[in-house]
Amino acid sequence: MTPMLPRQRSLSANTLGWIWVSPWLIGFIVFLAVPTAMSLYYSLCDYPLLEPPLFVGLSNYRRMFDDPVFWIVLRNTAIYAATSIPLGTAAALIIAALLNNKVRGVGFFRAAVFLPTVVPLAASAMIWLWILNGELGLLNAIINPILKPFGLHGPAWIGFRGTGDKAWAMPALVLMSLWGVGQSVVIYLAALQDVPESLHEAASIDGVGPIRRFYHITLPLISPVILFNVIVAIIGSSQVFGAPYIMTQGGPDRATYFYSMYMFDKAFTYGQMGYASAMAWVQLVIVLVLTALTFIVSRKLVFYRSA
Amino acid sequence: MSYSASQSRLRRTLLYAALIAVGIAYSLPLIWMVSTSIKPEAQTVERSINFLPTPASQTFSIAADNYSRVWHDPTVNFPLYLRNTLIIAALSVIGMVLSSAIVAFALARLQWRGRGTVFAIILATMMIPFPVLMVPLYLVFRELGWIGTLKPLWVPAWFGGAFNIFLLRQFFMSIPRELDEAARIDGCSTWGIFWRIILPLSKPALGVVALFHFIFVWNDFLAPLVFLSDRDQFTLALGLQLYQSQAGNTPWNLLMAASTLVILPVLIVFLFAQKAFVQGIATQGIKE
Repeated sequence: MTPMLPRQRSLSANTLGWIWVSPWLIGFIVFLAVPTAMSLYYSLCDYPLLEPPLFVGLSNYRRMFDDPVFWIVLRNTAIYAATSIPLGTAAALIIAALLNNKVRGVGFFRAAVFLPTVVPLAASAMIWLWILNGELGLLNAIINPILKPFGLHGPAWIGFRGTGDKAWAMPALVLMSLWGVGQSVVIYLAALQDVPESLHEAASIDGVGPIRRFYHITLPLISPVILFNVIVAIIGSSQVFGAPYIMTQGGPDRATYFYSMYMFDKAFTYGQMGYASAMAWVQLVIVLVLTALTFIVSRKLVFYRSA
Repeated sequence: MSYSASQSRLRRTLLYAALIAVGIAYSLPLIWMVSTSIKPEAQTVERSINFLPTPASQTFSIAADNYSRVWHDPTVNFPLYLRNTLIIAALSVIGMVLSSAIVAFALARLQWRGRGTVFAIILATMMIPFPVLMVPLYLVFRELGWIGTLKPLWVPAWFGGAFNIFLLRQFFMSIPRELDEAARIDGCSTWGIFWRIILPLSKPALGVVALFHFIFVWNDFLAPLVFLSDRDQFTLALGLQLYQSQAGNTPWNLLMAASTLVILPVLIVFLFAQKAFVQGIATQGIKE
C-alpha cells in the first residue's frame, strides 16, 4: 500500500469557518451593526435630513416626554396590543383545537384559515376597507339585519382617508388582525399533534370531559408554544404599520395613529432623523422589557416537559 | 368509549358547524373581493348581498372589462410595477437561498471556533424589529447612493437572512455526517461537499426558503415605501395603494380587481406548495 499523500492544508479549519460565514458577517456589519450604532448616535443628535447631525445629548428623549402626540401613539399601540394579542391567541387556540380533529375535509378548512396570512398587506387593507365601509360594506350588510330588531345599526367603522367612526376604527383594525392568525394556528396545530394521545385516553376513561381535558392536559403541554407565539405577537404588534397607514392614515382624529407611523412621519415627512432614532430606541427598550416581563410571568404558567 | 352513539353524532355535528363557521368567516373576505371585481360599478353599491353580477351570463365580459381597465390604467402603471416586483423577487430569492445555504453549511457541517457564538448572534438578530433599523438603513443606503434604485430591496438578501439560515442549518444537521467523510476520502473539496452533496439532498428545505422569501418580497410594504422614491420604481404592493390614495374615488370593483391581480401569484404559489409551507412555519414553534 502506498502511503497517502500529505494533503495540502493551506487553510486552518477556523479560517475556513469564517470564510464560509463571511456573507452573513459582512451583512451583519453593514446592514445591522453599523446602522444600529449610527442610530444610537443620531438619537443624541439634532439631525434634519439635509444637514449634518449636531450632538445635543439627551434632548430628543426629553422632548418625547413633553410631546403629547408621542403619548397618544404609545397609548394607541398599547391598546392595540392589549386587545389583539389576547383575542388573537384565544381565536388561534380555538381554531387549532377545531382543526386538530381527524374529520373529512379538515384540510380545506385549514387552507381557508391559513390563506389570509399569505395575502399581501396592501391588498388585505383594500379588501377590509371595502368590507368595513359603513354605508356599502359587507360587514354592516350582514350585521344590520341582526341589529335592526334592537333599534341598532352597524357603525361607520373605517372610511377613506381617515373618515369613519372615531370609536370604532380601532376595534375594526383589531377585528382585521384576527383574520391573520393563520400562522399561529399552524404553529399551535403542530404543538397539539405532539400531545400524546395516551394522556387523553387515560383521562377520558376516568370520565374527564373534552373541555376539562383541554384545560388540564393540552394547555399545560403546549404552554411553551403559547409563550413563543405571544412574544412574536408582542414584537409584531409593537410595529403595526401597514394596515393603518393605508386604511386610516392614523385617523379619524389620531384614533389609529400608531408608534411606528409617528416614527415614520417624524423621519420621512418632517425629516427629524434624530427624534425618529430616539423613538426607535425607546421602542426597542419597551419591547425588550415586555418580552422579559412575559418570560418572568410565564415561569409559573409555562410547563416544560423534561426531554 | 363512554360516549353513546347519539352523543358522538351530536359532537360531530357541532364540530362541523364550528368548522364551517370558521371556514366561511376566513374565506368570505377573499370571495367578496373576487365577487366585487366581476361586477359592474353600479352593482357594487347595492345593499343586497349578491356574489354574481346580474345578469350572471355577462359575468365573463364584465370581468374582462374590469381587469383590462386596471391593467391599462393611465395613472397607475400596473405592468411596470409587476416587472419591478418580479426583478426584485428574482434577484432577492436567488441571493437569499444561496447565501443562507452557505452560512448554514458553515454552522452545520464545519468545525471551527466561534461557531456557537455566531449562531447565537444570528438567532438574536431575529428579534430586532425592522422599524428600529428603518432610519439608519435609509441613511446607509443614501450614503451608498442606492436611494432611487431597486438595490436596497434586493442586495441585502445576498447576505443571508437569520430565519432562513436557522431553518437550513436545522435541515443540514439532519443529513448523515458519513456522507461528508466518504466524499472527503474520495478527494472532494469543502465546496464540492456543499455543492454536490448537501445542496442536492436539501432541495425541499431550499424550496421552503425560496417560497418564504418570495412571499415576503412580494408582500413587503414598508421597505419599498421607505427606500423607493421614484414612482416608476414602485412595487405592486406599493402601487396598489395609489389607486386609493391618489384618486380616493376609484370604483370599488376596479380596486378589488387590482387587489385580486396582486394576490393571484401568491395564491397560486400557496396552493401548489401548501404542505411545504405549513411545515416550514410549524418548525418556528419548536425553535427554543
